[in-house]
Formats: sequence, C-alpha cells, structure tokens
Amino acid sequence: MIEKTSSDNHPPVSISAAFTHFFRRFYWRDYVVYMTFVVIFAIFAVALYPSGFLNPNNLLNILRQTATISVMAVAMTFVLAAAEIDLSVGAVAGLASVVTAMSIARYGIVAGVVAGLTTGLLVGLINGFLATRIGIPSFLVTLGMQGIATGTAMWVTQTAPIPIANQMYTYIFGSGNVGPIPTLFIWTLAVFLTGHLCLKATPFGRQVLATGGNETAARYSGINTKKIKYITFVVMSMIAALAGMLYAGRLHSGRFQWGQGDELSVIAAVVLGGTSLFGGKGSVIGTIIGAILIGLINNGLILMGLEASQQMIVRGAIIIFAVALTGRKAQS
Amino acid sequence: MRPIVAAMRGIVKEFNHIRVLDQVHFELQQGEIHALLGENGAGKSTLMKILRGVYYPEEGEILIGGKPVRLRSAQDARANGVAMVFQEFSLVPSLTVAQNIFLTRESRSRLGLIDDRRDKKRATALLREMGVELDPGLRVEQLSTGYRQLTEIVAALSQDAQILILDEPTASLTHTETMALFSLLRRLRERGISIIYISHRMEEVFQIADRVTVLRDGKNIITEDIQNLTIQQVIEYILGRKANDEVPRSAFQHEPGYVPLLEVVRMNCGRGVRDVSFRLYSGEVLGIAGLMGSGRTELAQTLFGITPPQSGEIYVRGKRVVIASPEDSMRARMAFIPEDRRQQGLITMHTIKDNFELPLVVLGRLAKRKIWVDDRRSASLAETYVQQLKVRTDSIYKEVRLLSGGNQQKIVIAKWLSTDPDILIMDEPTAGVDIGTKTEILECVRQLANKGKGVLIISSELQELLAVSDRIIILKEGSIVQEMQRSDIQSEQQLHHILQGA
Repeated sequence: MIEKTSSDNHPPVSISAAFTHFFRRFYWRDYVVYMTFVVIFAIFAVALYPSGFLNPNNLLNILRQTATISVMAVAMTFVLAAAEIDLSVGAVAGLASVVTAMSIARYGIVAGVVAGLTTGLLVGLINGFLATRIGIPSFLVTLGMQGIATGTAMWVTQTAPIPIANQMYTYIFGSGNVGPIPTLFIWTLAVFLTGHLCLKATPFGRQVLATGGNETAARYSGINTKKIKYITFVVMSMIAALAGMLYAGRLHSGRFQWGQGDELSVIAAVVLGGTSLFGGKGSVIGTIIGAILIGLINNGLILMGLEASQQMIVRGAIIIFAVALTGRKAQS
Repeated sequence: MRPIVAAMRGIVKEFNHIRVLDQVHFELQQGEIHALLGENGAGKSTLMKILRGVYYPEEGEILIGGKPVRLRSAQDARANGVAMVFQEFSLVPSLTVAQNIFLTRESRSRLGLIDDRRDKKRATALLREMGVELDPGLRVEQLSTGYRQLTEIVAALSQDAQILILDEPTASLTHTETMALFSLLRRLRERGISIIYISHRMEEVFQIADRVTVLRDGKNIITEDIQNLTIQQVIEYILGRKANDEVPRSAFQHEPGYVPLLEVVRMNCGRGVRDVSFRLYSGEVLGIAGLMGSGRTELAQTLFGITPPQSGEIYVRGKRVVIASPEDSMRARMAFIPEDRRQQGLITMHTIKDNFELPLVVLGRLAKRKIWVDDRRSASLAETYVQQLKVRTDSIYKEVRLLSGGNQQKIVIAKWLSTDPDILIMDEPTAGVDIGTKTEILECVRQLANKGKGVLIISSELQELLAVSDRIIILKEGSIVQEMQRSDIQSEQQLHHILQGA
C-alpha cells in the first residue's frame, strides 16, 4: 500500500535532474569493497614501500596466504546469499587435513583425497539435514559442528600433527608450481570462476538468491528452497574440506589447528564483498576482493611491525568500519 | 460549519524535480470522516506523509487548530495530535494489548518498575470507553488483523490523537471486523475526533465518509460532501474519464460430456480443505466465495502444492496428476497468484526481471546450452510482458519494492502468464490496487478465459466476483456448500445473504 509517487511519473527531466538522478542510482555501497581495496593498497604502497610491500614476492605471498580463505569464502557467498550461515568451516578444514594426512600415510594419495572430500561431504549432509529438514537454525547447528569437528580431529590425532611425506600430494595441493604459477592459485582461480559463473549465470545461482531474498515467495515460485539450502551446506563443507587439504599440502602435514578461527575471516571477506548477511544479495567477485583485502591488511600490519595483539585490534576495526559502510540496510 | 482542525494550503512537493504535489489544498473539519481518494501515484500518500512529518514540503503551509505549524518529524506531528494507523506493523506481537497501548508510557510502581496490572486496568477502561470488546491481557499475536487494528487505534487515541489517518484499513478485514471498525470510527467522530480515510473501496467510502477529496496527478480535483455525489461521479473524478464498469464477456457454455480442464475429487488437506470436489472447464472463470476462514486460500494453496493434498485425486485434462510440490503443479500447467504479493508473490528487494524469470527458471525454460540461464531472452520476455500489462516503470531492472501496489501485482501476474498456464488460480488478485488497475486485471482474466484457459478466482469483493465469474462455488469450513451459475444470481445482496447463511 506504499506508493512511490516519485517513480510513477516520468516527464522529461532537465540535465541537472538527470545528473542527480544518476548519483541516486549509483549504489556506491555496492562498491565499497573495491574502493577500500584501492585506498588501503595505495596507503600501504606508499607507507610500506621501504619495507618491500610492493615486492612481487610479497604480493605473491599475500595471495598464497589468502588462498584457503578465498576458496572457502566463495562457497560461503552461497550460504549467506541463501540467508543461512556456516560457522563450522574452519574446524572442518582442520578435520579434513587430519583425515587426509592419516589416509595418505596408510593407503596412499588417492585414498587421502577421497577421504578428505568424504569428510566434507558427511559434515555437509549432517549440517544440511539438521538445518533444513529438522529446522534447527544453521547458526546453532554449525556452531555445534565446529566443536564436534575440532574435537574429532584432536581425538584421532591426540593433538599431534600428522606429517605428509607424499610429494605428489603436496605438489598438487598447495606447495608446487606449474611453471611460474603456484598450484594454490590454480585452485583458487578454479573455485572462484566456478563459483562466479554458478551464482551469476545458472539456475542454481538464481534460486539461491531468490531463496535468500524471500523464502516464502521463492517457494510460491516453485523453488524447492530446502533442497537449495541443503546443497549450499554440502558444497560449503566440501569446499572447506578442500581448503583443509590445501593447508595440509602447503604445510606438509595435517593438524586440527589448520583453519581454526578461519570462519570469521571468511564471513568478513564475504560481507566486505557486498553479500548481504540477511540473504538475497551476493557477489563472488566482491568476495574474492574482500578475501584478498583481508590478506592485504594482515600483511601490511606485519610489515609495519605491529605485534600480533595490535594486528588483531586494527584488523577488527577495519572490518567493522568497512562492513558498516556496506552492510547498513537501506532505510526506505 | 464545524471548526477546521487541520488545513494544508498550497502544498508543493517535488522528488528529483518531478512535482508530485502541485498546490494542493486539504482541509479537515472537527469530527468528520474525510475520504482522501485517488489512483496509486495520485499523491495521497505523499500528502499524508507531509501531514505526518515524514516529508517536508517545498511550498505551502500547514495549520493545526488554526496555528501554523512546522512538522519536521513524526514526533512533531504526534505532538500536534496527528496519528497514523498502520496495519499491525507498529505493534509488538509478543506483548499484550495493554502493553502495546502504553508502550514507552507504562505506569510505574513505587520502585520504578513497570506496573502491568495498573496498565491493564487503564486499558480495560479505555477499551470500554471506546466500546471495543477486547481482552487487554491477550497477546497481540493471538489477535486477528481486525483486532490488531482496533488496538492500534486505541493506542493512538490514548496519546491524545485528534487526527487519525487510516490507509486502506479494511484491506485484510472480514465483513464483521469491518463493521466493528466502522462503528468505532462513528463513535470517535461523535467525540470530535477527525479521521482521514484512504481507500480504494468505493462502497465503504460511501458508507462511512462525510466528505471526499479527490487527487489526481498531484492536483486537487474536487472536495465535496458525499451526499452530493454518486459512486460513478467519484470514480470519474478519480480516473479523469468515464469508467467502464462492465467487464466484456462472452457467455460461457460447455458441452455436456466435455472433458474438464481440471477435476478435483474428494481432496483433503488439514482443517482447511475437506472433501472438496469440483470441475473447471476450459474457457471458464470459476469464482470461489466464502467468508474469512472458510478455506478459500487453503484450497488454492493445496491445489498448487504449497500444502500438498493429504488425500483425493486431481485430474488435468482427464489425466491423473500427483501434486506434492508447487513445481508439480507448475508442470501440470497451473499457476498461482497468491493473496499477499509482498510476502508470497515477490522478492521485493530484487528487480522486476529477476522476479519475472523465476518460474521459467524453475521449469528450465530459460536454459541456454543446458546449464546457463538465458538472460537476453529473459529480459526481452520481461520487456514484452511489462509493455503488454502496461506496468508503469522506467526499466525492468528496477527493484520491485519501488513500484506501486498495482504495478507490483502486474509483475506477479506477468511472471505467471509467462509460463503459459492452462489453469490460473488467483487469490484476491485486486486487493489494494487502484480502480484503473483493477479493471485491467479483471479484463485480463476474461481475456484468458476467452482464450480457453480456466481461471479459479478467489475474492472477498462480491461485486468483482459477480463481474467476472461464470460459475461460483461457496465454501464453508473447508467444504463446498453450494454451487451456482452466475446467471442464477440476481444481485450482490443475494450472494451476500447466501454467504452469511451458508
């Protein structure tokens, strides 16, 4: 019953009117992540030039360190866009790294990869089942799963790291290079491109956004919203497992601590990238930029010589600031 | 003449250099019910937002009680005795009626704690004074829409409101609730409260209002005592042209023995749908009438698979279909336009195009090389339907929440017409849309029937049901109690009596 009188009539408008109109239409909030990225990058480039911030090796390092976050953030974009959340991703990565390492030691590389991905699949099926079929809020389901996954990983390893000696595995999953390109980048790029196309251009992506935008209306449009949400949980956990396997490859071992606490960086990256925490809106490109931005900030703070404690404070403040700019709901 | 409590003079309001109110005058007398009428986009809401302090006009002055006032915020307006009654939105569902009435102004005990018991007594007294029969101890979530609205009115009056604004107050009320609302409004009028009443329902306006003001395209058209006007005249003032009330129709006749488009046999679902059997023929508009709670909406939702049937059989063109989900019904070539477009019909934060394409995406009809959504085709289809249904928008990439109610409803219709359904189920398709759009929607229904589709239409506006249906079935407590040919019903009164007696 709300009328938008202003938008119903469109008599010819003057140039100045068209100009203001353009700026009204320009949703600058959608681009906050890009602007923040440019600004922070510029500041670091100048201020940290003597510390070698712009050194190609340093930049490469930033990308390498954010690869696991980026990969998980792509899948998290779908979860948040569907108006759900997954807090178990970091713990699942740790569990998958452990399971993979143990399986490789006993049965070889193929078994290791299969076991790692199966771990993700199982966790995803449980998360999805509890959240969509039983109807427990995903916040609680995945918070519980976080404890279960970490606990399991600690238990089966007695909290000890499991070394990985298989060179083929470590080469493929994160330590090797194809020509000049680290395999980590190839994984990140593959997940990013798949995720981007999937959200932007496939029926599945449309249905995720519709489900998150208004689940009732999505259902009335014929979408099986529970199934859509279920799939996002399963994919999320499997990607988290992949991230865990990349940790294992990069660090030549499986350990429950790999990925611990990553869920916060992942969710921050996604929200920074313009995906709504309330669902219905998402961008995988924004997510990737958000993830790299977080890596950039981490790296810059280290180069500035800040202590770990100080880094945490600055990082927290930057994230709150940027999310405040993007995340505020428009007042109608 | 009664004293004037509020006067708005020469009001001008522009948005993006577009003038939406042009030198508008509006005067409200003490103790009158003044209907403010016009199509969507005529400027009614903007004018009322100015009176409520939400917008500030570029030009013009506002006098309340004879004194010029500046209304810079909703608080200013409230301090001047202006209150708007929203539909349920401004109440807290988990609190009681009494708690809601005195929200932020609760009585305090000596310790400074909230004294709920005293507030309940105050509320009881207040409700009795207004002649509203309602237990102030009930939580608002336990109330029907009608009582929520009465609660809102009482809450506004408890804050010494002298001017009440009601926007489409009867949109989701039953007949009895409407009558209760009207008797409260009349009592308030006797007590000197002035009421601004916005509605698209002419019959109600003529029942309750003393005077009317009509706006069109942001300009005053007329202000007049209602006794001096007829419904026809008012509609002409609103539209700026003669209205054709009659929906063009060709009398429907089906040959006996012809296979029905849809046949429902002893369908059951919960308490809302009990042993329902009926047939819908190609080219027919079947009206479904019933009081609120008679299972009209439940019938539609069951048929469409939102709440799938628990037993019974459904045949489409003689073939048995099993409906377990909305997608199943869509594959059986059904479409459903639900009653609440903002909650059920549309994703208001998304664009017209995104909303439009959803059913087609689900049905896989927009696929490009199997895996992609064909955006170009989707956009061109959306354009076609937007033009065909005369949706007023500058682009298909506009967010749906920015459209007026009538245009939003057209998007819901467009999104389902695009699937080329054989059977169209419509639940209150004209609720809250202006007269012009309403006529367009009803004409569209008849055209679809003429093209051989079957339409199932639910409406609580009997006049509309009579205008468009070939046959009417009447529901009570989830069951069909009567079925009538349109030609056997002489008048709206007759149908009304049947419904009340059913």
